[in-house]
Order: sequence, then structure tokens, then C-alpha cells
Amino acid sequence: MRPRIGVYICHCGLNIANTVDVDAVGEFARALPNVIVARHYTYMCSDPGQGLITKDIGDLGLTHVVVASCSPRMHEPTFRGAIQKAGLNPYCLEMANIREQCSWIHADRALATAKAMDLVASAVAKAGWLVPLQERQVGVTQAALIIGGGLAGLQAALDIANAGFQAFLVEKGAYLGGRAAQLNTTFPTLERVSDLLTCLIQSINDHPNIRVLTNAQVEKVDGFVGNFRVSVLERPPRVDAGKCTACGKCADACPVSLPDEFNAGLSSRHAIYPLPPSSETRTFAIDDQACTFVQDRICQPEPRCVAVCPENAIDLSLEERTRELAVGAIIVATGAATFDPRGKPELGWGVYPNVITSLQFERLADVNGPTGGRIEIDGKEPKEVVFIQCVGSRDQTTGNLYCSRICCMVSAKQAHLIKEKYPDARVTAFYADVRTFGKGHEEFYDRVRKEGIRYRRGYVSEVYRRGDKIVVRAEDTLMQKPVEVTADLVVLGIGQSPRPETNEVASLLGLTRSGDGFLAESHPKLRPVDTMVDGVFLAGTCQGPKDIVDTLAQARAAASSALAPLCRGQVKVESATSYVNEELCAGCGLCAATCAYGALTLSERTRRIKVNPVLCKGCGACEAACPSKAIQVMQSTPKQILSQIAALS
Amino acid sequence: MIDTEALVEQFGLTACIQCGKCTGGCPVSPKSALNPRALVYQMLRGEGFELVSREELWDCTTCSTCGLRCPKGVKAVDLIIGLRGQWIESGKIPTTLRAPLTATLNQGNPLVLPREDRSLWADGLNVKNVAEGADVAMFVCCENAYDPRVQPMPRALVNLLRAAQVDFGTLGLEEQCCGSEIRRLGESGLYEYLRDDNLDKFRQAGIQKMVTTSPHCMNVFKNEYAGAGFTVEHYTQMLARLIAEGKIKFSKRMETVVTYQDPCFLGKQNGIYDEPRAVLKSIPGVKFVDMDRSRERSVCCEGGGGRMWLEGTNNKVRLANDRVAQALETGAKVLATACPFCFLTLSDAVIATGHENDLRVMDILQIANEAL
Repeated sequence: MRPRIGVYICHCGLNIANTVDVDAVGEFARALPNVIVARHYTYMCSDPGQGLITKDIGDLGLTHVVVASCSPRMHEPTFRGAIQKAGLNPYCLEMANIREQCSWIHADRALATAKAMDLVASAVAKAGWLVPLQERQVGVTQAALIIGGGLAGLQAALDIANAGFQAFLVEKGAYLGGRAAQLNTTFPTLERVSDLLTCLIQSINDHPNIRVLTNAQVEKVDGFVGNFRVSVLERPPRVDAGKCTACGKCADACPVSLPDEFNAGLSSRHAIYPLPPSSETRTFAIDDQACTFVQDRICQPEPRCVAVCPENAIDLSLEERTRELAVGAIIVATGAATFDPRGKPELGWGVYPNVITSLQFERLADVNGPTGGRIEIDGKEPKEVVFIQCVGSRDQTTGNLYCSRICCMVSAKQAHLIKEKYPDARVTAFYADVRTFGKGHEEFYDRVRKEGIRYRRGYVSEVYRRGDKIVVRAEDTLMQKPVEVTADLVVLGIGQSPRPETNEVASLLGLTRSGDGFLAESHPKLRPVDTMVDGVFLAGTCQGPKDIVDTLAQARAAASSALAPLCRGQVKVESATSYVNEELCAGCGLCAATCAYGALTLSERTRRIKVNPVLCKGCGACEAACPSKAIQVMQSTPKQILSQIAALS
Repeated sequence: MIDTEALVEQFGLTACIQCGKCTGGCPVSPKSALNPRALVYQMLRGEGFELVSREELWDCTTCSTCGLRCPKGVKAVDLIIGLRGQWIESGKIPTTLRAPLTATLNQGNPLVLPREDRSLWADGLNVKNVAEGADVAMFVCCENAYDPRVQPMPRALVNLLRAAQVDFGTLGLEEQCCGSEIRRLGESGLYEYLRDDNLDKFRQAGIQKMVTTSPHCMNVFKNEYAGAGFTVEHYTQMLARLIAEGKIKFSKRMETVVTYQDPCFLGKQNGIYDEPRAVLKSIPGVKFVDMDRSRERSVCCEGGGGRMWLEGTNNKVRLANDRVAQALETGAKVLATACPFCFLTLSDAVIATGHENDLRVMDILQIANEAL
């Protein structure tokens, strides 16, 4: 039977019609072989537009449909649904992209119209060869993996669990809370971050549906949406939390000393150290990397911590183990690093002890921090404090071109804390633009200015010493004069950077990175928490700089997106997969080596390639690799593609 | 009136966010009306710009801190050089520049000395010409070749290279000004002539590798002579390597405290901070201390960008004097540097501030040579 094709040309308002003569394209299409009807309409994707198509299918007995409109990424699902409603197989649709690939990029109406005609002719030529395909569904493992136990991961795990599904929360470190555990108060509401965190962590720990794996790292991920298999390497809890009374004798005995990253390097700790208070369990943990006994069996005369522990709570002999998890969805919440201020050497961080980062300030302000909450350096109260904005952000010299989205408000909050503790302190904030875009942010900025914080417009260019004072030099651009401000405390508003292990995380899951180095979402507007890998979602600062509000919002968005396949219990898999003509296949395996999805295997028995249609994405790499044309992708067979090309000549 | 739009276009000034990082870091902005940010703004505003009464444009030392720290990649220093160029083109050349520029064209050096005297610095050393075949070409620099105060530097380098058995030669009387300062004074026509002529000479002499005594020559060859076709390094890089390889060994001790002025063209502009310090620290007996403002936070001596021939609008405050005071603060007895301009400005400053007996300014070449 000859195919009976209908062609539908969309104006997309004036998006297409302004540049392409849609009437002429319709006239042209009507003359093409096998075309029974060709129409154009303002918005094909609208209900009346779809109605034109479905009506024609019924009235004229169409077998195939061509829609000339936008990218298939935009509306292919819409039109597939429409023709399915009218009784056609959804795969009997072909789209000609005359918007993104034609009207939007050309100015000459005559040439654009000619090109649109070519695109339509080509789509019609292919459409006649389209065959109906079966839509297939596979079952889903109704559990989710959340990678990263910071604020985003905690919230996402809780949402998954509250929806009634199992959540596995894997955290690399010894405790939950991530970056938030280091923070003192929120902005602009000045709540204690530890209160928020303790509450969240308690709900997590008490939840029957959540399995927390700390000291654990995802090593390998196989499978696909609905059916991921995950290997997790777990380091043993060498301190028994049930026995440990947090007396601290072990740490006193430990000979290893290193900068305490939790206190942002402001204090030191031992290889055995107490977990932060927000982690709820009052216990100690061992840093395997730092412990000389775990690493090299060196600690004389015997592991000292073990010897002094009155509760026999420490066991250094335990081995790492690998745990296998099966999950249907994965949420990546691996967080961000803070900008390393050594990248701005002119600001003197690392040279002067009273030049600190905003993260170090958070530790100083924390009652559980190294100074018990006293904001002071070398025991001296600051009298002249300078805040420097945008350190490492918006800056081509560091490569971080983006705004960090937090440091304006972090500095405002910290300036407020200084004024609260030391009302007589002179506090200056140097800025180039104050960006207070969040809810209540501008109001807080108004408040701190009233409290006496002096905002001076200009990026600080240099910090140096004069006598026993630190001098901050900038141009006050509103005064149009270079100025020097003395200070006994300088706080650098550092931004957020991608974590150094972002590449490993990306390659583990097959994710991509955006230009700023963070993990890339699949569309900035339409798919903000999705990735290019179905079933893998992003939450929190691994995707880009964020404050707590945005982090939690995105975590909840990622959780609800991940819940979709879990709730449905089934996922649709690609129908246009590859298939093998066993008569032609020589079993050379070239295609299997090319396949990025592991969808092809060489059968030991038949010595022919077998396709796993659930894994196949229909990309066609195998088809190009096959020397004997034995493997082909449905919807992209040589006959279909060649007739498309022939229509262009 | 000058065409500000053309300058906006030429130097990409629309990228500027007027943050003031340039002016805040400019070493001369506190003592001069020079304000790189405001200059950029005046170009962007496009309401006309008169060069007359903008003498501060000649205060810039082209240390380039403004451009290096700009978060948006704007090079205010290039705009200043461009404005100087318009000034030069208008024919109103500052009086003290006329003789050096003319001499650079006619005699190949801005010191207004005869071309045929260029090798006097090497009297009695029998340095061969690189055209006779040599692994390394040594570029002497006009200042080092003619000024008796710095002539000992290239002589010391000859000694050191011979001690390390490096096969080297010079261009002899064929050497002429590298054009670095000429370009920075805005005389782009003369600079281009020097560049093309030098590149011809370098090709004819078959130069593959070059070592310079001045960071200014190194910088222009490395970063501004497009398609130079040879590798170039500053002597501190070469010495640090020869010392590390054990090819230079010091037999004498130098029991003294030494600090170091980072030349802007070596440090800030080319990131060469460690090699000069490595050379100093390798000399037996030397106790090395850095000044507070060192490396990326170092301060210009005010000798660059043609300032050797221009006093500037404010000679009451001299950065070199401040540097001497800062060097003394470290307890150093020797203020080392690795650039003839730095050596001269700092030497003058030691005398001007009355510290001849407290602090000795030395080039690293002299120190290394004395310790051989």
C-alpha cells in the first residue's frame, strides 16, 4: 500500500511565518509524492492545530504525518500524542525543523522559504518509510540513591522517604550536614543553621525509609532509569558510637596533628576527632587518610587511641567493604568547594592571620568553633573591620566568571554580627555591585546600613602591612580617589567553586559539566534539575552556586522529579532502538566497542551481536561502525536516511 | 579632540564595570592625577576628551598591575599607551623625550650615544659574535651596554655563563634597542621599525635561544614580537637552572641579609618570582628575607614605561624611596634586583634618602658573580 501522508506547516505566530512563506511551502508540499493533504496554521501545537491533524487522519485515512514546525525536542511528544489519539502509531510522525534550523537563523525570506521547502521534502521522503514501533515499559526499583549528605542531599532523601520509598543517603565524610554544618547563622533571618540542621538530621536518622551510609563512596553505577545498580565502598566505623562517651582521651593520645578543615584551618585536630555537634551523635571518628596506623600500621607502642579508650570503643582492624544497591533514581548532591583565596594573592590571605575568609568568619562566630564564638584574632577584639566582596567571583583572572550569589548577603550578615558584638567597631564593606535579589535581602541590606556599616564602592586591589596595621587599598569610585583603610580584621567574601572531584562524579554517572565547571542540568529553564542521563537528577551547589533557600528548593524539585518514575513503577524505554540482521552479522564486535550505553553484547553461543533494547538509546553509533550493515537503528535505516538525502538533490 | 569611540572599540572598553580595581592597584595613582578607571569611563562616556592638560598620562610606568588584576580583562595600560600615541602623533612630544626617540632611530639606543660604542661594556672580554655560531644569544640591553653604572651587569653575566661553560655570543654592534619602552611611550611607528629590523637581524644571525639581562627586553621579545621564532628567557631563569644542574657552583660566602625588588616586567607581567629568589638563596651565607610587599604585591620602582626619561607630574613622592624604606624595615643590608631600571631608580633612592651606608643596591648578577 502506498503511504498517505499529511503535511502540517506551523506559523509559530510570526516566528516562522515572518521569514518563511508558509503558503508557498504548503503549495509545494501538496505536489510532493504520496502527500494527500498539506495545511498551514498559526499554532500547530494548539488544540485547534492538533485538531486539524486528527480530523484529517480520520477523514482522509492518512498513514503518516509530517509536521514542519520547531525542534522535535520541543513538540515531538505533543504531535506523537495527537496522532496516537487518532489511531496512528506515534512513530509514524516525522518533524521538519523550520524554526530553529530555518526561520530563526535566516534573514532572506526567499532563501528561507526555499530551505523550508527542502526540509519538508526531505521529511516527506523519509516519512513514507516509517514503520510502526512498539512503545515498551520496564519495571522500576522503587528506591532512590542520594549522593552527598549536605543540606540538599538530606532534604531530597527526606522527601523521597516521606513519599513512602526507600532512600539510600551516601556521604563520603564521617558526618551529615556538609557545608551547612560549618555555618553559623542564616541570612536574612539570622536563625542558627545548626538548629535547622539538627532537626533535619534527626528526621533522617529516625526515618524507617532512609538508610544513611557515612564514610561511604559510590564506586560504580550501572544500568538505566528505573534500574540502576550501584556499588558503594564503605569505610568501617572504627569508633563504636554505642560505646563512645566522647571523653576525648583518644584524641589527647593521638600523635597525628593536622589543620582542621571543619574549622576552615583555624585550628588543628588529630587523626581521631570529635564529630561536629550538629551531627547529633556525640562521638568520635577516625580520619583513615591521616591515621598512621590505618595507613601504614605505624603507631608506637600500639595504637594509642585504642590503648587509652576506657570503653574499648575503637577497633582499627576493620576492613573496607563494598555494598551493592539497586535503585530506580539517583540524586546527585555533592556540593561545591569554596574559592581558594590564594588565587587572589594581592589580598594577602595566607600572609596575614587577620585576613580571613567568610567561611573562617563563620567558624569564629560559632559558639562551638575554635574561639567559642568570640570573633577575634590572637585574642584581640577587632576595632576596624573590612569586608571585601566578590573574592574570586565575576573574575576572568580566576576563571570564575559567575556571581557567587551568596557573598553580598554573607558579608552583610557577618557585618551585622560584628556590629552586634562590637557596636563601636568601624565596619567597611567594599563592593562593586550589591546584589540582594532574594526574598528579604534588600531589606536586610537596608538594615545593616542603618546599623552603621559603611559601604564604599570599589573592588579592593591590594592588602598590605604598615607598621602593625593592615592596610586595605582600593579606589573609592564614587569619590574617584584611591583610598587606604586600616583594618585589624579583613574578611574576604569568597565565592563557590566546583569541587575538585567534579570530573570523577561526572564520569561515574555519565554527566556533563557546564562552562562554569559545575554539573550541567539538561535545560536551564525547562529541565533545571534533570541531567542528560534519564533518572539522574541534580540538587544543590553541585549544579552552581546557591544559598540555603535555593539549595532546599532545588533539592525538593530533584526529589519530586526522581519520585515520578518511582511512583509510576514503570518507565518508558526508547522504541527506536537498533536491531541486528543475524544473516549479515559476522560477530566482529566493532559495534559493541562503539556503544556508549553497553547495550550490545556478543552472544557466546550464536557468535552474533545481541541488542539490549532497554539500554539502547538509538544513537546510531553502531550502525555507522558496522562494516556489513548488519546493525541498523529503527527510524534511521539506510533506506530512510538515503531517501531523505535523495529528496534534497 | 580625540576619537574616543575608536579607542573604546580598539581596547574593548565596554567590558569595564567601573569597579576601580585598576586605580586601586595603580602604584602611581596616589601621587598623580592618573586614574585608569576614570580614563576608561571618559572614553565610554564619549563626550570628548582633550589631551591638553592631561600630563598625568606620562606618569604611567606600564607596570600593568591595572590590566593584570582587571576582573573583566580590560587593559587600561594599553589605553594609556594608545592615548600617548595620539599625543606623539599630534607632534607635541614632551621635551625630554625628543633626544632619546631621535637617538633610538639614528643610533639604536635612547641614551643618545653612538652606535659604534655599543660594545664598550665588553672591553677586554673577547665575547664572540653570535653569528659565528653559538648556542645562546645574549641580549645586552641599551641601558646595560652604555650606562657605566650598570655595565658591570652584562660583564658579570659573561663571567657566569663562561663558568657554566655555556656557548654564547652577542650581536655586537648589530644589537639595538628592543623597542619595549619606545612602544610604551606611544611611538608605535618607531617600535614597529625596531621590531622588524631586529627580527631580520636575529634571523640572519640564526638565533634559536636568547637570554636577556633586562626583563623589559625579555618581555617584548616573548610577548610582543609576533612570530619571533626563538625562545627567550631572562638571566635569572637561566642561572637558576644552571645552579640546580650543578653547572654553577659558588665558592665564596656572602654573609649578609638580602631582600629583593621584583621587577614588574619579570614578576607581575611574566610570573617569574621563584627563580630570582632561588638564585639568591643558593648563594652561601646569604640570608634571604622578603619585603612585606613582594611577588604579586610588589611595588613598581617607577623606572618603566619610558619613565627613565620622564620625571612625571609629582617628583616629591618617589616610589623607589618608599621601597628603600621598606627594604630597610626587613633588616636587609642588600637590596637585590634583576633589572637595570630598578637598579638605577633604587640606587638613586638610596642616595636621595641618605642610606648609602645602610643599604647596598645590587643586581643579582653582581651578587652571583662575586660569589663565584
